[in-house]
Amino acid sequence: MARVVVNVPAEAKRGEVIEIRTLAGHPMETGFRRTQLGELIPRDIIRSLVCTYNGVEVFRADFHPAMAANPLLTFTTVAAESGTLEFRWTGDNGFSATQTAAIKVL
Amino acid sequence: MITRRAFLLLGVVGTAHAQLPPNIGEIRKKALDEAIRKVVGSNPVRQGRVKLDLPPLIDNGNTVPLSVEVQSPMTAADHVKAIHVFTEKNPQPYVLSAYLGPRAGRARIATRARIADTGIVTAIAQMSDGSFWSDSVKVIVTLSACLEEGLI
Amino acid sequence: MKFCTVILSALVAAVSHAGEIPSAERRSGYEFMSRETRAMQDDEVTGPAVLWLLDGEALWGKLGCAGCHGDAKASMKGVAARYPALVDGKLVSLEQQVRHKAAPLPSSLAYESRELLALTAYVARQSHGMPIQVNEKTKPLMDRGKDFFHRRQGQLNLACAQCHDDNWGKKLAGNTIPQAHPTGYPIYRLEWQTVGSLARRFRNCLTGMRAELYAPGSPEFVELELYLMWRARGMKLESPAVRP
Repeated sequence: MARVVVNVPAEAKRGEVIEIRTLAGHPMETGFRRTQLGELIPRDIIRSLVCTYNGVEVFRADFHPAMAANPLLTFTTVAAESGTLEFRWTGDNGFSATQTAAIKVL
Repeated sequence: MITRRAFLLLGVVGTAHAQLPPNIGEIRKKALDEAIRKVVGSNPVRQGRVKLDLPPLIDNGNTVPLSVEVQSPMTAADHVKAIHVFTEKNPQPYVLSAYLGPRAGRARIATRARIADTGIVTAIAQMSDGSFWSDSVKVIVTLSACLEEGLI
Repeated sequence: MKFCTVILSALVAAVSHAGEIPSAERRSGYEFMSRETRAMQDDEVTGPAVLWLLDGEALWGKLGCAGCHGDAKASMKGVAARYPALVDGKLVSLEQQVRHKAAPLPSSLAYESRELLALTAYVARQSHGMPIQVNEKTKPLMDRGKDFFHRRQGQLNLACAQCHDDNWGKKLAGNTIPQAHPTGYPIYRLEWQTVGSLARRFRNCLTGMRAELYAPGSPEFVELELYLMWRARGMKLESPAVRP
Protein backbone atom coordinates (compact mmCIF):
# COMPACT_ATOMS: atom_id res chain seq x y z
CA MET A 1 0.00 0.00 0.00
CA ALA A 2 1.22 3.50 -0.75
CA ARG A 3 2.49 5.62 2.09
CA VAL A 4 -0.20 7.88 3.55
CA VAL A 5 -0.15 10.24 6.51
CA VAL A 6 -3.15 11.26 8.58
CA ASN A 7 -2.97 13.81 11.38
CA VAL A 8 -5.94 13.89 13.76
CA PRO A 9 -5.77 15.24 17.31
CA ALA A 10 -5.80 12.34 19.77
CA GLU A 11 -8.25 14.14 22.05
CA ALA A 12 -10.84 16.88 21.65
CA LYS A 13 -13.71 18.47 23.53
CA ARG A 14 -17.21 17.53 22.41
CA GLY A 15 -18.38 19.95 19.74
CA GLU A 16 -14.88 21.30 19.06
CA VAL A 17 -14.01 21.80 15.39
CA ILE A 18 -10.83 19.82 14.73
CA GLU A 19 -8.44 20.13 11.80
CA ILE A 20 -7.55 16.96 9.91
CA ARG A 21 -4.48 16.89 7.70
CA THR A 22 -3.95 14.13 5.14
CA LEU A 23 -1.08 13.38 2.77
CA ALA A 24 -0.91 10.58 0.20
CA GLY A 25 2.18 9.41 -1.67
CA HIS A 26 1.20 9.32 -5.34
CA PRO A 27 2.77 10.78 -8.52
CA MET A 28 -0.60 12.04 -9.81
CA GLU A 29 0.37 11.50 -13.44
CA THR A 30 -1.77 14.03 -15.29
CA GLY A 31 -2.22 12.27 -18.58
CA PHE A 32 -0.98 15.36 -20.42
CA ARG A 33 2.76 14.62 -20.29
CA ARG A 34 4.62 13.02 -23.16
CA THR A 35 7.73 10.84 -23.27
CA GLN A 36 10.83 11.95 -25.14
CA LEU A 37 9.49 9.99 -28.12
CA GLY A 38 6.22 11.90 -28.04
CA GLU A 39 4.03 9.16 -26.59
CA LEU A 40 1.35 10.26 -24.18
CA ILE A 41 1.89 9.02 -20.62
CA PRO A 42 -1.53 7.77 -19.51
CA ARG A 43 -3.39 9.46 -16.66
CA ASP A 44 -2.87 7.79 -13.29
CA ILE A 45 -4.24 9.79 -10.39
CA ILE A 46 -6.03 9.46 -7.09
CA ARG A 47 -9.69 10.15 -7.89
CA SER A 48 -11.26 10.46 -4.47
CA LEU A 49 -10.75 10.72 -0.75
CA VAL A 50 -13.54 9.76 1.64
CA CYS A 51 -13.49 10.25 5.39
CA THR A 52 -15.95 8.43 7.65
CA TYR A 53 -16.44 9.03 11.34
CA ASN A 54 -17.66 5.91 13.13
CA GLY A 55 -18.93 4.71 9.80
CA VAL A 56 -20.69 7.93 8.76
CA GLU A 57 -19.29 9.90 5.83
CA VAL A 58 -18.28 13.35 6.99
CA PHE A 59 -16.10 14.48 4.11
CA ARG A 60 -15.52 13.56 0.50
CA ALA A 61 -13.33 15.10 -2.20
CA ASP A 62 -12.88 14.52 -5.93
CA PHE A 63 -9.27 14.91 -7.08
CA HIS A 64 -8.38 16.05 -10.59
CA PRO A 65 -5.04 16.05 -12.49
CA ALA A 66 -4.49 19.63 -11.33
CA MET A 67 -3.88 18.39 -7.79
CA ALA A 68 -0.14 18.36 -7.09
CA ALA A 69 1.82 15.10 -6.77
CA ASN A 70 1.76 13.61 -3.27
CA PRO A 71 -1.54 15.36 -2.63
CA LEU A 72 -2.25 17.13 0.62
CA LEU A 73 -5.79 17.73 1.76
CA THR A 74 -6.69 19.51 4.98
CA PHE A 75 -10.26 19.84 6.19
CA THR A 76 -12.26 20.08 9.41
CA THR A 77 -14.85 18.07 11.27
CA VAL A 78 -16.78 18.44 14.52
CA ALA A 79 -15.53 16.20 17.34
CA ALA A 80 -18.90 14.55 17.90
CA GLU A 81 -18.03 11.37 19.82
CA SER A 82 -15.13 9.09 20.64
CA GLY A 83 -14.30 6.53 18.01
CA THR A 84 -12.50 5.99 14.76
CA LEU A 85 -12.01 8.12 11.70
CA GLU A 86 -11.35 6.11 8.56
CA PHE A 87 -9.72 7.58 5.44
CA ARG A 88 -9.92 5.90 2.07
CA TRP A 89 -8.15 7.04 -1.10
CA THR A 90 -9.15 5.44 -4.42
CA GLY A 91 -7.81 6.08 -7.87
CA ASP A 92 -6.90 4.87 -11.34
CA ASN A 93 -5.48 1.41 -11.98
CA GLY A 94 -7.13 0.05 -8.87
CA PHE A 95 -5.29 2.37 -6.51
CA SER A 96 -6.51 2.08 -2.96
CA ALA A 97 -5.09 3.21 0.37
CA THR A 98 -6.67 3.38 3.81
CA GLN A 99 -5.71 4.75 7.17
CA THR A 100 -7.52 5.01 10.47
CA ALA A 101 -7.13 7.34 13.42
CA ALA A 102 -8.66 7.04 16.86
CA ILE A 103 -10.10 10.05 18.64
CA LYS A 104 -11.13 10.45 22.23
CA VAL A 105 -13.88 13.03 22.72
CA LEU A 106 -14.24 14.38 26.24
CA MET B 1 -20.96 36.00 -60.81
CA ILE B 2 -17.99 36.15 -58.39
CA THR B 3 -15.24 38.52 -59.41
CA ARG B 4 -11.71 37.23 -59.85
CA ARG B 5 -10.56 39.46 -57.01
CA ALA B 6 -13.22 38.14 -54.66
CA PHE B 7 -12.43 34.54 -55.65
CA LEU B 8 -8.70 34.99 -54.96
CA LEU B 9 -9.35 36.78 -51.68
CA LEU B 10 -11.66 33.98 -50.55
CA GLY B 11 -8.98 31.43 -51.41
CA VAL B 12 -6.27 33.25 -49.49
CA VAL B 13 -8.41 33.86 -46.42
CA GLY B 14 -9.71 30.29 -46.47
CA THR B 15 -6.22 28.81 -46.63
CA ALA B 16 -4.91 31.15 -43.98
CA HIS B 17 -7.78 30.26 -41.66
CA ALA B 18 -7.28 26.54 -42.20
CA GLN B 19 -3.56 26.85 -41.38
CA LEU B 20 -3.98 28.96 -38.21
CA PRO B 21 -2.94 27.10 -35.06
CA PRO B 22 -5.84 26.38 -32.66
CA ASN B 23 -6.45 29.24 -30.27
CA ILE B 24 -5.45 27.44 -27.08
CA GLY B 25 -6.47 30.36 -24.91
CA GLU B 26 -9.96 30.33 -26.35
CA ILE B 27 -10.28 26.54 -26.01
CA ARG B 28 -9.28 26.66 -22.37
CA LYS B 29 -11.59 29.58 -21.61
CA LYS B 30 -14.46 27.62 -23.12
CA ALA B 31 -13.55 24.53 -21.09
CA LEU B 32 -13.44 26.62 -17.90
CA ASP B 33 -16.83 28.22 -18.60
CA GLU B 34 -18.29 24.79 -19.38
CA ALA B 35 -16.89 23.30 -16.18
CA ILE B 36 -18.31 26.12 -14.07
CA ARG B 37 -21.64 25.85 -15.84
CA LYS B 38 -21.78 22.11 -15.02
CA VAL B 39 -21.45 23.00 -11.35
CA VAL B 40 -23.71 26.06 -11.09
CA GLY B 41 -26.17 25.42 -13.90
CA SER B 42 -27.99 28.62 -14.77
CA ASN B 43 -27.71 30.07 -11.24
CA PRO B 44 -25.84 33.35 -10.75
CA VAL B 45 -22.48 33.24 -9.03
CA ARG B 46 -21.91 36.09 -6.61
CA GLN B 47 -18.53 37.42 -5.47
CA GLY B 48 -18.07 37.26 -1.71
CA ARG B 49 -18.24 35.04 1.39
CA VAL B 50 -15.43 32.96 -0.10
CA LYS B 51 -11.75 33.61 0.60
CA LEU B 52 -9.29 31.90 -1.77
CA ASP B 53 -5.71 32.12 -0.59
CA LEU B 54 -2.72 31.35 -2.73
CA PRO B 55 0.60 33.10 -3.30
CA PRO B 56 0.41 35.84 -5.97
CA LEU B 57 3.92 34.94 -7.17
CA ILE B 58 4.53 31.22 -7.50
CA ASP B 59 8.00 29.63 -7.22
CA ASN B 60 7.02 26.57 -9.18
CA GLY B 61 3.66 25.80 -10.75
CA ASN B 62 3.94 22.10 -9.94
CA THR B 63 3.07 22.55 -6.28
CA VAL B 64 1.08 25.60 -5.23
CA PRO B 65 -0.33 25.66 -1.69
CA LEU B 66 -3.89 26.99 -1.67
CA SER B 67 -6.69 27.26 0.84
CA VAL B 68 -10.37 28.16 0.60
CA GLU B 69 -12.47 29.40 3.50
CA VAL B 70 -16.19 30.21 3.28
CA GLN B 71 -18.16 32.27 5.80
CA SER B 72 -20.98 30.04 6.95
CA PRO B 73 -22.55 29.00 10.29
CA MET B 74 -22.35 25.37 9.07
CA THR B 75 -25.65 24.42 10.67
CA ALA B 76 -28.07 21.91 9.24
CA ALA B 77 -30.18 24.79 7.93
CA ASP B 78 -27.35 26.89 6.54
CA HIS B 79 -24.08 25.33 5.43
CA VAL B 80 -21.64 24.93 2.58
CA LYS B 81 -22.40 21.82 0.54
CA ALA B 82 -19.37 21.93 -1.71
CA ILE B 83 -16.28 23.91 -2.63
CA HIS B 84 -15.00 23.73 -6.21
CA VAL B 85 -11.65 25.09 -7.36
CA PHE B 86 -10.89 25.87 -11.01
CA THR B 87 -7.93 27.25 -12.90
CA GLU B 88 -8.09 28.86 -16.34
CA LYS B 89 -4.76 28.04 -17.97
CA ASN B 90 -4.36 24.32 -17.23
CA PRO B 91 -5.07 21.69 -19.90
CA GLN B 92 -8.27 20.95 -18.00
CA PRO B 93 -9.97 23.39 -15.62
CA TYR B 94 -10.89 21.30 -12.54
CA VAL B 95 -8.61 21.22 -9.51
CA LEU B 96 -10.68 19.87 -6.65
CA SER B 97 -14.27 19.39 -5.52
CA ALA B 98 -14.75 19.03 -1.77
CA TYR B 99 -18.11 18.00 -0.32
CA LEU B 100 -18.79 19.30 3.17
CA GLY B 101 -21.92 19.51 5.31
CA PRO B 102 -22.90 20.56 8.82
CA ARG B 103 -20.55 17.97 10.37
CA ALA B 104 -17.58 19.90 8.98
CA GLY B 105 -18.02 22.59 11.60
CA ARG B 106 -16.12 25.05 9.45
CA ALA B 107 -15.90 25.48 5.69
CA ARG B 108 -12.15 25.46 5.24
CA ILE B 109 -9.99 23.27 3.04
CA ALA B 110 -6.34 23.44 2.05
CA THR B 111 -4.38 21.59 -0.60
CA ARG B 112 -1.53 21.91 -3.11
CA ALA B 113 -2.41 22.42 -6.76
CA ARG B 114 -0.74 22.48 -10.14
CA ILE B 115 -1.09 25.84 -11.84
CA ALA B 116 0.28 25.65 -15.35
CA ASP B 117 0.56 29.30 -16.23
CA THR B 118 -0.02 32.86 -15.08
CA GLY B 119 -3.76 33.38 -14.81
CA ILE B 120 -6.81 33.31 -12.61
CA VAL B 121 -7.69 30.64 -10.07
CA THR B 122 -11.35 30.54 -8.98
CA ALA B 123 -13.09 28.98 -5.99
CA ILE B 124 -16.88 28.51 -6.01
CA ALA B 125 -18.89 27.57 -2.93
CA GLN B 126 -22.25 25.85 -3.26
CA MET B 127 -24.56 26.68 -0.34
CA SER B 128 -27.35 24.59 1.12
CA ASP B 129 -29.87 27.23 0.03
CA GLY B 130 -28.84 26.74 -3.59
CA SER B 131 -26.82 29.93 -3.92
CA PHE B 132 -23.30 30.10 -5.35
CA TRP B 133 -20.50 32.38 -4.16
CA SER B 134 -16.99 32.81 -5.50
CA ASP B 135 -13.55 34.34 -5.13
CA SER B 136 -10.75 34.63 -7.71
CA VAL B 137 -7.04 35.28 -7.45
CA LYS B 138 -4.68 36.26 -10.24
CA VAL B 139 -1.34 34.46 -9.92
CA ILE B 140 1.99 34.76 -11.69
CA VAL B 141 3.77 31.45 -12.31
CA THR B 142 7.53 31.34 -12.77
CA LEU B 143 9.51 28.38 -14.06
CA SER B 144 12.49 26.80 -12.38
CA ALA B 145 15.89 27.31 -13.94
CA CYS B 146 18.12 24.35 -14.83
CA LEU B 147 15.91 21.39 -15.64
CA GLU B 148 16.47 17.70 -16.48
CA GLU B 149 18.13 16.55 -19.67
CA GLY B 150 15.46 16.35 -22.33
CA LEU B 151 13.37 19.13 -20.83
CA ILE B 152 15.91 21.97 -21.14
CA MET C 1 41.91 63.73 -15.44
CA LYS C 2 38.48 63.08 -13.96
CA PHE C 3 37.43 61.39 -17.20
CA CYS C 4 40.46 59.01 -17.00
CA THR C 5 39.60 58.07 -13.41
CA VAL C 6 36.07 57.22 -14.39
CA ILE C 7 37.23 54.98 -17.27
CA LEU C 8 39.89 53.32 -15.10
CA SER C 9 37.50 52.54 -12.26
CA ALA C 10 34.97 51.20 -14.75
CA LEU C 11 37.64 48.92 -16.23
CA VAL C 12 38.70 47.70 -12.80
CA ALA C 13 35.08 47.02 -11.87
CA ALA C 14 34.55 45.09 -15.09
CA VAL C 15 37.67 42.95 -14.72
CA SER C 16 37.43 42.14 -11.00
CA HIS C 17 34.66 39.79 -9.86
CA ALA C 18 32.98 39.19 -6.54
CA GLY C 19 34.95 36.01 -5.66
CA GLU C 20 33.97 33.83 -2.72
CA ILE C 21 30.87 34.87 -0.81
CA PRO C 22 31.84 36.50 2.50
CA SER C 23 30.89 34.34 5.48
CA ALA C 24 28.38 36.84 6.84
CA GLU C 25 26.56 37.07 3.51
CA ARG C 26 25.99 33.36 3.08
CA ARG C 27 22.33 32.44 2.81
CA SER C 28 20.65 29.08 2.36
CA GLY C 29 18.41 28.42 -0.64
CA TYR C 30 15.59 28.49 1.91
CA GLU C 31 15.85 32.26 2.11
CA PHE C 32 15.34 32.66 -1.63
CA MET C 33 12.01 30.83 -1.62
CA SER C 34 8.54 32.26 -1.09
CA ARG C 35 6.89 32.14 2.31
CA GLU C 36 4.54 29.39 1.14
CA THR C 37 7.34 27.15 -0.15
CA ARG C 38 9.22 27.62 3.10
CA ALA C 39 6.09 26.56 4.96
CA MET C 40 6.10 23.30 2.98
CA GLN C 41 9.64 22.61 4.15
CA ASP C 42 8.81 23.52 7.75
CA ASP C 43 5.69 21.32 7.80
CA GLU C 44 6.92 18.33 9.81
CA VAL C 45 3.63 16.46 9.59
CA THR C 46 2.40 16.81 6.01
CA GLY C 47 5.36 18.35 4.18
CA PRO C 48 5.95 16.45 0.91
CA ALA C 49 9.29 14.98 2.06
CA VAL C 50 7.64 13.41 5.12
CA LEU C 51 6.57 10.43 3.00
CA TRP C 52 10.23 9.62 2.30
CA LEU C 53 11.19 10.03 5.96
CA LEU C 54 8.55 7.50 6.95
CA ASP C 55 9.74 5.09 4.24
CA GLY C 56 13.33 5.61 5.39
CA GLU C 57 12.43 4.86 8.97
CA ALA C 58 10.74 1.62 7.86
CA LEU C 59 13.78 0.65 5.76
CA TRP C 60 16.11 1.30 8.69
CA GLY C 61 14.35 -1.56 10.42
CA LYS C 62 13.70 -3.78 7.41
CA LEU C 63 17.27 -3.69 6.02
CA GLY C 64 18.76 -4.45 9.44
CA CYS C 65 20.56 -1.12 9.96
CA ALA C 66 19.30 -1.14 13.53
CA GLY C 67 21.25 -4.36 14.15
CA CYS C 68 24.53 -2.45 14.29
CA HIS C 69 23.42 1.16 14.63
CA GLY C 70 20.49 0.81 16.99
CA ASP C 71 18.22 3.83 17.16
CA ALA C 72 19.08 6.16 14.27
CA LYS C 73 18.08 9.22 16.28
CA ALA C 74 21.07 8.59 18.52
CA SER C 75 23.61 6.87 16.29
CA MET C 76 23.12 9.01 13.17
CA LYS C 77 23.12 12.37 14.93
CA GLY C 78 25.71 14.60 13.30
CA VAL C 79 26.64 12.09 10.61
CA ALA C 80 25.15 13.80 7.56
CA ALA C 81 26.66 17.13 8.62
CA ARG C 82 30.18 15.81 8.09
CA TYR C 83 29.81 14.08 4.73
CA PRO C 84 31.38 13.66 2.16
CA ALA C 85 34.03 12.06 4.37
CA LEU C 86 37.14 9.90 4.12
CA VAL C 87 36.32 6.27 4.80
CA ASP C 88 39.30 3.91 4.59
CA GLY C 89 41.21 6.62 2.74
CA LYS C 90 38.53 7.06 0.07
CA LEU C 91 36.21 10.05 -0.25
CA VAL C 92 32.59 8.93 -0.07
CA SER C 93 29.27 10.75 -0.11
CA LEU C 94 26.48 9.94 2.33
CA GLU C 95 24.60 7.92 -0.32
CA GLN C 96 27.73 5.90 -1.04
CA GLN C 97 28.26 5.22 2.63
CA VAL C 98 24.65 4.11 3.07
CA ARG C 99 24.95 1.76 0.06
CA HIS C 100 28.29 0.43 1.18
CA LYS C 101 27.03 -0.37 4.63
CA ALA C 102 24.09 -2.33 3.34
CA ALA C 103 26.05 -5.45 2.45
CA PRO C 104 25.14 -7.58 0.60
CA LEU C 105 23.85 -4.60 -1.39
CA PRO C 106 20.17 -5.01 -2.11
CA SER C 107 19.51 -4.22 -5.76
CA SER C 108 16.87 -1.79 -4.58
CA LEU C 109 19.52 0.64 -3.31
CA ALA C 110 20.56 1.85 -6.77
CA TYR C 111 21.49 5.51 -7.08
CA GLU C 112 18.37 7.69 -7.22
CA SER C 113 16.13 4.77 -6.23
CA ARG C 114 13.28 5.55 -3.90
CA GLU C 115 14.75 3.27 -1.25
CA LEU C 116 18.18 4.90 -1.25
CA LEU C 117 16.68 8.39 -1.20
CA ALA C 118 14.33 7.49 1.64
CA LEU C 119 17.11 5.95 3.74
CA THR C 120 19.50 8.84 3.01
CA ALA C 121 16.79 11.37 3.85
CA TYR C 122 16.08 9.58 7.12
CA VAL C 123 19.77 9.49 8.08
CA ALA C 124 20.30 13.12 7.04
CA ARG C 125 17.25 14.20 9.03
CA GLN C 126 18.98 13.10 12.23
CA SER C 127 21.45 15.97 11.72
CA HIS C 128 18.72 18.55 11.19
CA GLY C 129 19.76 21.95 12.56
CA MET C 130 23.40 20.94 13.04
CA PRO C 131 26.26 22.95 11.52
CA ILE C 132 27.99 21.57 8.43
CA GLN C 133 31.57 20.47 9.13
CA VAL C 134 34.39 19.48 6.81
CA ASN C 135 37.51 17.58 7.86
CA GLU C 136 40.75 19.47 7.03
CA LYS C 137 42.34 16.18 5.92
CA THR C 138 40.15 16.26 2.80
CA LYS C 139 41.73 19.50 1.52
CA PRO C 140 43.46 18.09 -1.60
CA LEU C 141 40.16 16.56 -2.75
CA MET C 142 38.27 19.68 -1.80
CA ASP C 143 40.64 21.67 -4.01
CA ARG C 144 39.70 19.46 -6.95
CA GLY C 145 36.05 20.25 -6.26
CA LYS C 146 36.93 23.93 -6.04
CA ASP C 147 38.63 23.74 -9.45
CA PHE C 148 35.49 22.16 -10.90
CA PHE C 149 33.37 24.94 -9.45
CA HIS C 150 35.56 27.64 -10.99
CA ARG C 151 36.25 25.94 -14.29
CA ARG C 152 34.40 27.17 -17.38
CA GLN C 153 32.49 24.27 -18.92
CA GLY C 154 30.12 23.32 -21.69
CA GLN C 155 28.71 25.03 -24.72
CA LEU C 156 28.03 28.21 -22.79
CA ASN C 157 31.61 28.24 -21.43
CA LEU C 158 30.17 28.98 -18.02
CA ALA C 159 31.62 28.28 -14.58
CA CYS C 160 29.43 27.52 -11.55
CA ALA C 161 31.10 30.41 -9.72
CA GLN C 162 29.90 32.92 -12.29
CA CYS C 163 26.27 32.42 -11.26
CA HIS C 164 26.56 31.24 -7.69
CA ASP C 165 29.45 33.38 -6.40
CA ASP C 166 29.22 36.44 -8.63
CA ASN C 167 25.53 36.78 -9.43
CA TRP C 168 23.54 35.15 -6.65
CA GLY C 169 20.41 37.09 -5.79
CA LYS C 170 19.94 38.21 -9.38
CA LYS C 171 17.39 36.66 -11.74
CA LEU C 172 17.89 33.85 -14.22
CA ALA C 173 14.81 33.36 -16.40
CA GLY C 174 12.47 34.71 -13.74
CA ASN C 175 14.00 32.72 -10.89
CA THR C 176 16.35 34.06 -8.23
CA ILE C 177 19.85 32.55 -8.43
CA PRO C 178 20.70 30.95 -5.06
CA GLN C 179 24.20 30.59 -3.61
CA ALA C 180 24.33 26.81 -4.22
CA HIS C 181 24.79 25.59 -0.66
CA PRO C 182 23.80 21.92 -0.32
CA THR C 183 22.19 22.51 3.05
CA GLY C 184 19.11 20.37 2.54
CA TYR C 185 19.89 17.26 0.53
CA PRO C 186 18.23 15.04 -0.45
CA ILE C 187 15.59 17.59 -1.41
CA TYR C 188 11.96 17.46 -2.48
CA ARG C 189 12.32 19.53 -5.62
CA LEU C 190 8.97 20.95 -6.75
CA GLU C 191 10.22 20.72 -10.33
CA TRP C 192 10.77 16.95 -9.99
CA GLN C 193 7.65 16.46 -7.86
CA THR C 194 9.70 13.99 -5.86
CA VAL C 195 12.76 13.68 -3.62
CA GLY C 196 16.11 13.61 -5.41
CA SER C 197 19.83 13.69 -4.70
CA LEU C 198 22.48 16.37 -5.05
CA ALA C 199 23.90 14.44 -8.01
CA ARG C 200 20.55 14.76 -9.77
CA ARG C 201 20.55 18.48 -9.09
CA PHE C 202 24.10 18.80 -10.42
CA ARG C 203 23.01 17.07 -13.61
CA ASN C 204 20.19 19.59 -13.94
CA CYS C 205 22.68 22.48 -13.51
CA LEU C 206 25.06 20.98 -16.05
CA THR C 207 22.19 20.44 -18.48
CA GLY C 208 21.37 24.14 -18.12
CA MET C 209 25.00 24.96 -18.82
CA ARG C 210 25.05 22.54 -21.78
CA ALA C 211 28.03 20.82 -20.15
CA GLU C 212 29.05 17.19 -19.70
CA LEU C 213 26.90 15.25 -17.25
CA TYR C 214 28.75 13.07 -14.77
CA ALA C 215 27.26 9.97 -13.17
CA PRO C 216 25.94 9.87 -9.61
CA GLY C 217 28.75 8.67 -7.39
CA SER C 218 31.43 9.86 -9.82
CA PRO C 219 34.55 11.35 -8.20
CA GLU C 220 33.83 14.69 -9.91
CA PHE C 221 30.48 14.95 -8.15
CA VAL C 222 31.69 13.77 -4.76
CA GLU C 223 34.61 16.23 -4.85
CA LEU C 224 32.29 19.02 -5.92
CA GLU C 225 29.90 18.14 -3.10
CA LEU C 226 32.84 18.26 -0.68
CA TYR C 227 33.83 21.72 -1.90
CA LEU C 228 30.23 22.99 -1.64
CA MET C 229 29.93 21.62 1.88
CA TRP C 230 33.18 23.36 2.81
CA ARG C 231 31.81 26.54 1.25
CA ALA C 232 28.71 26.07 3.41
CA ARG C 233 30.65 25.19 6.58
CA GLY C 234 28.91 26.31 9.72
CA MET C 235 25.55 26.66 8.00
CA LYS C 236 22.77 24.53 9.43
CA LEU C 237 21.64 21.34 7.76
CA GLU C 238 17.97 21.46 6.71
CA SER C 239 17.58 17.97 5.29
CA PRO C 240 15.27 17.00 3.78
CA ALA C 241 14.55 20.44 2.34
CA VAL C 242 12.00 21.63 -0.23
CA ARG C 243 13.29 23.61 -3.19
CA PRO C 244 11.66 24.97 -6.36
